[in-house]
Amino acid sequence: MDATLSGTQADQALASAHKPTGKVSDPIFVGLLWASGIFVLVLLGLIIAMLFEGGLPALQEFGISFLWSTTWNPVTEKFGAGVMIFGTLFSAIIAVIIALPLSFGIAFFLTEIAPGPLRRPIGVAIQLLAAIPSIIYGMWGFFVIVPLMAAYVQPPLIEWLGPIPLIGALFQGPPLGAGMLTAGLIMAIMILPFITAMFVEVLESVPPMLKESAYGVGATTFEVYRNVSVPYGRTAMVGAVMLGLGRALGETMAVTFVIGNATRMSASLFAPGSTIASTIANEFPEAAPGSLKLQSLLELGFILFVISFIVLALSRMLVRTKLKG
Amino acid sequence: MASLARRRATDHIVKAISTAFAALSLILLAWILWTLIARGLPALGPNVFTRITLPPGHEGGLLNAIVGSLIQIVVALVIGTPIGLFCGTFLAENGRGTQIANVVRFINDVLLSAPSILIGLFVYQLLVVPVGGFSGWAGAAALAVIIIPVVVRTTEDMLNLVPIGLREAAFALGAPQWKVVTMVTWRAARAGIMTGILLALARAAGETAPLLFTSLGNNGWSLDMSGPMASLPIAIYQYAASPFDDWVALAWAGALIITVGVLTLNILSRLVLAKMK
Repeated sequence: MDATLSGTQADQALASAHKPTGKVSDPIFVGLLWASGIFVLVLLGLIIAMLFEGGLPALQEFGISFLWSTTWNPVTEKFGAGVMIFGTLFSAIIAVIIALPLSFGIAFFLTEIAPGPLRRPIGVAIQLLAAIPSIIYGMWGFFVIVPLMAAYVQPPLIEWLGPIPLIGALFQGPPLGAGMLTAGLIMAIMILPFITAMFVEVLESVPPMLKESAYGVGATTFEVYRNVSVPYGRTAMVGAVMLGLGRALGETMAVTFVIGNATRMSASLFAPGSTIASTIANEFPEAAPGSLKLQSLLELGFILFVISFIVLALSRMLVRTKLKG
Repeated sequence: MASLARRRATDHIVKAISTAFAALSLILLAWILWTLIARGLPALGPNVFTRITLPPGHEGGLLNAIVGSLIQIVVALVIGTPIGLFCGTFLAENGRGTQIANVVRFINDVLLSAPSILIGLFVYQLLVVPVGGFSGWAGAAALAVIIIPVVVRTTEDMLNLVPIGLREAAFALGAPQWKVVTMVTWRAARAGIMTGILLALARAAGETAPLLFTSLGNNGWSLDMSGPMASLPIAIYQYAASPFDDWVALAWAGALIITVGVLTLNILSRLVLAKMK
């Protein structure tokens, strides 16, 4: 026998010396950690599988035209997702269009204008908007914003802009208060904190040297923001907007209260409509277990999952690539 | 290039608009809170906490909804917190830098923002259809799915703040990994991890959509988790959309209770986080 231990023997000796108490408990603990990690993957797989499986009969019944068919008729049992997909995209895009300039402004305010001691409290207050539950936005929207829209916002807009060709199509119909624009407006307030927080994070990661060089050649604060900071963080900021869009696509309770829940399609901002999420929330109670209607609702859910998965995945990739660099 | 005066003017205008936007967002927050206080406070009598939901005109309360919510949230925390904690630990300790951890993190981030109504549909398919009925268990499971990604995210972030040297010191003393994690890393990140759990709790407390098809709601008094169970958000949803004034008033009282609770939890956890950083 050699007097010295060979390499592997030495490793084993060291390993056993270093883990005197963990021989049994450690593999169990590490196994638990791994299992929990894998669990999250399984969870996503299960969600996709369950929604797909549940909606499959509807897909088989109506075929791929389910995606664009605009019929939603529980009486004749003819269902199509066209109106809801349109409503989901339309209201979410309105929300982003309203939230985007606000977020740009607020992020500019928080990073460049607000005096130091005020930044955190104001930032936190804006973040609290994201903490308020969706149903509270729904009630506030329904009882406060809808009457205001119906009385003061929509009538003049319909009167002034309605007769104009082309864009007039956006401002048609009776001033009901509830509708696409109101839903978009409420969702804009809800996604605003998410977009703003990520904007601020990106803008704070801009190297001071870049900004200082621009200030050095005489640029104003806004010029530095527009020409240096924003271009620097552009990719991640697009990702932030996608996150807002992804959240708006799946928003349920707030929208259900204020969108008017009509299964008709209209280009007007004031027309009542419905989104995938609001339709599921509204029609589920009237859908018998195992009915074609329920299966159609599950298929709607599957479509929403695919759409928001793509948007959220894109968002995350854009944000990560930039913030890493 | 435009003249200096014009550029300065633009700068001032944009600054003014940005400040106005920030003020607008604060006004919106104040407006929402004011609406809740103005409409919820007058309805917030003792009957809200002592009586269950009753038909209109009977001076009902929200006791069953509040208790139902608490039970489902606690069960959801009991299920969701360990999974989230372990998964977050996996990402920060064992999986650090590996491909599988990147995938798990990615999926977790997607789940974090996934439409919560789909979580409800998923649990409906998974736990309500096979069993044949709505149940408090299904509601708690749906809330657990909401909770897990929040806990995973904060746990990983907080564990990443713990210096590597602390772990190395423990390993060098011969401690096995479970001891290093439970007695050193978790302990060092305790406040942060608790914050994550509080935030998850706040998130779950206000969720309505995942409960619609799982615990359904219940107008009677029930502590039986295997049957339909009342919850505060569902009661608010039912009452707010009803044509009865006293029900709508109760909905506002419930909305005020939830919002005050959720915002308090959020502010508390932010204070803890600010202290840590």
